[in-house]
Amino acid sequence: MARKFGMALGFLAAGMAGAAAQGWQPTKPIEFVVTSSPGGGTDNFTRMIQSIILKYKLIDQPIVVSNKGGGSGAEGYLVSKTSAGDPYKVIFGTNNAYLLPYVAKLGYKFSDLTPVAALALDEFLLWVKADAPYKTAKDYVEAVKAKPETYKMGGSQSKDTDQTLTSILSTATGAKFIYVPFQGGGAVGTQLAGGHINSHTNNPNESIGQWKAGQVRPLCVFSPTRLPAGPKVTETQGWADIPTCKESGIPVERFQMPRTVWLPAGTPAGAVQFYEGILKKVSETPEWQEYITRTVQTGQFLSGDSLKAFVANDDKLSREVFEREGWIVK
Amino acid sequence: MDGFSGLLHGFGVALTWYHVMLMVIGVLLGILVGVLPGLGAPNGVSLLLPLTFTMDPVSAIILLTSMYWGALFGGSTTSILFNIPGEPSSVATTFDGYPMAQNGRATEALSFAFLSAGFGAIVGVLLITALSGWVTQFALKFSSPEFFGVYFLAFASFVGLSGAPPLKAAVSIALGFSLAAVGMDSVSGSLRLTFGYDVLLAGISFLVAVIGLFGIGELILTIEDGLKLDGIRAKITPRDVLRTAAQMPKHWATLLRSSIVGCWMGITPGGPTAASFMSYGLAKRFSAYRANFGKGEPDGVIAPETADHSAGTSAMLPMMALGLPGSATAAVMLGGLMIWGLNPGPMLFVERPDFVWGLIASMYLGNVVAVVLVLATVPLFASILRIPFAIIGPLIVVVCFIGAYTIAGRPFDLWLALAFGILGYVFKKLDYPIAPLILAMVIGDKAEDAFRQSMIMSKGSLSIFWSNPLVTSLMLLGLVLLFWPLLGALRQRLRAARS
Repeated sequence: MARKFGMALGFLAAGMAGAAAQGWQPTKPIEFVVTSSPGGGTDNFTRMIQSIILKYKLIDQPIVVSNKGGGSGAEGYLVSKTSAGDPYKVIFGTNNAYLLPYVAKLGYKFSDLTPVAALALDEFLLWVKADAPYKTAKDYVEAVKAKPETYKMGGSQSKDTDQTLTSILSTATGAKFIYVPFQGGGAVGTQLAGGHINSHTNNPNESIGQWKAGQVRPLCVFSPTRLPAGPKVTETQGWADIPTCKESGIPVERFQMPRTVWLPAGTPAGAVQFYEGILKKVSETPEWQEYITRTVQTGQFLSGDSLKAFVANDDKLSREVFEREGWIVK
Repeated sequence: MDGFSGLLHGFGVALTWYHVMLMVIGVLLGILVGVLPGLGAPNGVSLLLPLTFTMDPVSAIILLTSMYWGALFGGSTTSILFNIPGEPSSVATTFDGYPMAQNGRATEALSFAFLSAGFGAIVGVLLITALSGWVTQFALKFSSPEFFGVYFLAFASFVGLSGAPPLKAAVSIALGFSLAAVGMDSVSGSLRLTFGYDVLLAGISFLVAVIGLFGIGELILTIEDGLKLDGIRAKITPRDVLRTAAQMPKHWATLLRSSIVGCWMGITPGGPTAASFMSYGLAKRFSAYRANFGKGEPDGVIAPETADHSAGTSAMLPMMALGLPGSATAAVMLGGLMIWGLNPGPMLFVERPDFVWGLIASMYLGNVVAVVLVLATVPLFASILRIPFAIIGPLIVVVCFIGAYTIAGRPFDLWLALAFGILGYVFKKLDYPIAPLILAMVIGDKAEDAFRQSMIMSKGSLSIFWSNPLVTSLMLLGLVLLFWPLLGALRQRLRAARS
């Protein structure tokens, strides 16, 4: 019986190998194009995936990671156009893949990209300085409403996620901020710790150090549910103790940034399936769980139709903001 | 953990055979990338970074920082012997280092450079050791107006120093500003000066410009001069070093002033390049032998070298304590820190004292290792000169182009480097200063961002630059330096009128 079972397993394995062999397989080195500079969130995301693929030997071919972060990542997405149909260029990014072409005249269009998968959603929180008098997000928004255009909201870059969220927040509550763009989440965090701006909407990972040090504190999270409980960050609080913005009386239910993987348009469908399978396996490893927990993101694997639906929805939401703010370039 | 016990603990971490070996490897690799024009420290560190992903963070940072010290030393070697700065921050060292070498004082120039660099580095580390608690508070006071104040100060002190005709310096600065503006503008989020060319999307790297302007431009000039590399032979004997070392105390004022400038520019993110220029300018202004500057004055080597290294070392403090890189290389290392899973910030000092103090202790050791190694290996690097130019020239071209290519892996950068090479040649022929262009390319867009952020914060009122004592004193100091030549002229006229 046991022998039969073993044989069955053997057949099954052989069958699977056969099925895989029929599909697309890489036959030369693969380039992972990162649409951020070294050390950025997208860079960490890509290198994490690369190290898991190496550890579990998921791909036989060597993988080269190259950073093309110029022009807010447009440099990396451009690869989709210059290497159209090339299944050896895998592009890692965020939702700026489909949002960038709205706000700047770039050399690529969203139709130059083939969606492969999204592996995580990065969260946004509303942060204020630790010694600010506001107890809840509602208190803060009321204070901003009382004195329109005096409170400074910092964020990274212009017409990017932070400014979009600030606009959504303003429209939903009527609170008007002065938005000040800085070079990145780290610089924004330091500005808040120094009291030069009143608030920002950094991702958890960008401000965890300053929260621990008692320099800044989160008021609410722009997520439909609270963040998962983990070890306490400060003496008394952990991520799960932060109320959602909706609970705090701010009518913005959800604002999350997907971490996405793309291929150039015109790549064979087999290649898309191949990478989809690999990434699915990556998302199921303990190392990936550890990364998600450490960076306080929400792990969610999207591909195929679920990814398309997510992108369509996110695209619509952001486009409304861009149109309202007059950011769209013709 | 307070400073002293922390430091002792740090030496415990850093003083292992493995770590000392990493320092030696790092320094040697650093000297190599520093010597090769265009392959500077930021590049070298980013090339080495992927190798450290599997290492323990303390070992990784020791390797990378040692490479940085080596690159700083290597960069000054080629500045003095070949008039080719291996690093943007050693541009100022060429002003007097190369003339000294031409006058047959190459050994002296090199020894002065290394010893004052070592001095500057030690001052930088001492400062870090003493101030780590206090500076985290002080640096938090910096916002966009204060950053603009710092950049303004750097430009102003530079305009004051530039011996070139003011109009030519202004043209050079303006060109640098416009080159820095190419690409995505972070304040408005739109593209500028790309003319629809996708290759310009990411902007023009100042490293490519440096490779072209100095490396290739210099080579074209050399070829014109008759196919011989104008390098100077140098042999360093312990006796020469000791003799130079004995002269060091005479230059105490320059050493002290330059260390202060360097530390200031390292902690505020002015960076080593701005620091070395500013310090050179100040040394020239305060020197009794002002006329000798540019012709081979030892103070003209000591000033930029001391400032360069004290800025390079002290830049590590804001990097760890605030995540604010004070130099391009520190910015690359910051990326490494995050990849190794460390969160830069004040809490790093509390949570990972082994990392912080291990790094600080390794900076003492690493710089000593670097001085010894560089003194020992310079004859080796200088022996490159015995090779005929017909061989070494093409090799330098190849290295320059490889350097330009490795920055971003873009073939377009090769054409850019060539274009900058021709520009550098034209600049030298027409006697336009190149240094202001580089300075504007390095900090031009940061200065612009800081200015425009300030304007958004103040809703367009310039009074924000006089809104607190810190920014007011920065701006006043800048204005004084900017108009210093005019003030000098005015005083002379008054004196003439009186007599």
